Amino acid sequence: MTPDVTDTPFRIDDREFSSRLIVGTGKYKDNATMIAAIRATGAEMVTVAVRRVDLDRTKEEGILYHLDPDEFLLLPNTAGCYTAEDAIRYARLARAAGFTEWLKLEIIGDEKTLLPDTHATIEAAKVLVEEGFKVMAYTNDDLIAALRLEDAGCVAVMPLASPIGSGLGVVNPFYIREIKSRLQVPIIVDAGVGTASDACITMEQGVDGVLMNTAIAVAEDPVAMGRAMRLGIQAGRLAYLAGRMPSREIAVPSSPSQGMLD
Amino acid sequence: MTDSGTINVSLNGKERDIPSGLTVSKLLEHLDLNPGLVVVELNREILDRGRYGEVPVRGGDNLELVHFVGGG
Repeated sequence: MTPDVTDTPFRIDDREFSSRLIVGTGKYKDNATMIAAIRATGAEMVTVAVRRVDLDRTKEEGILYHLDPDEFLLLPNTAGCYTAEDAIRYARLARAAGFTEWLKLEIIGDEKTLLPDTHATIEAAKVLVEEGFKVMAYTNDDLIAALRLEDAGCVAVMPLASPIGSGLGVVNPFYIREIKSRLQVPIIVDAGVGTASDACITMEQGVDGVLMNTAIAVAEDPVAMGRAMRLGIQAGRLAYLAGRMPSREIAVPSSPSQGMLD
Repeated sequence: MTDSGTINVSLNGKERDIPSGLTVSKLLEHLDLNPGLVVVELNREILDRGRYGEVPVRGGDNLELVHFVGGG
């Protein structure tokens, strides 16, 4: 089911997507569940991480033994990196795998909150854009950082809803709307969505898409949650396009006050 | 323990004895890894996949073998 009102195509750089949901591939209990859940979300773009091959285990550990890069556009991430230098190293390794020049740039600034180091992210983005990467930058819900990332040439800017893996939903819808209204590139809210209502509320802010991982992967039934997220994203987008009523702190009757019996 | 037929290299952060005289291609084969899915960093430089067959692995080399895993 797709919204039956006219929507603008969801495009990032030169690529058009029919789904506004991008999903991660981490934390699933097994690969079969991961594939089934991702298919249920309808997502076309999926994130992957770059890590050392575990030489003590079988080679089937690599995700591309289970995930077909012809079925999904791969978006390698730089998760786990704390400096621009490390993120650039991981980005180059990801591109050398030969599947994609797309990149989710993520540089963490604090171990406890996993909040991004926006300064390092901006510096790394400049270098990677220069090297031809299509950079989608994970960042804070901070307008100035978002503007700088757009200036650096990122193809999308991805402010967080709330901390990675927290499931708290959008903690600052005002800042998210402000970023959306001030940037030209697509705004993808990345991290913090916990359930379908969070996805819906996020899309109601008018952003272009949502990226999530944990909420689906650690749900009791990841396939059902994948479908719920797909519908939540569609409902939120449709509600945004529909134009919601103004909220007010006083009741207004929905039935006529005239024509009541004496 | 290193005999004349092996060399010592750093492989993904661990010292390891491997047969001497291997190219990077042969090393991946020796480790039962698919060269199409593994990226090799040799002494901090990413190695072009087209050169795996010609570049020899030497004693003391620092090799990182990476691939894609699940992640957000």
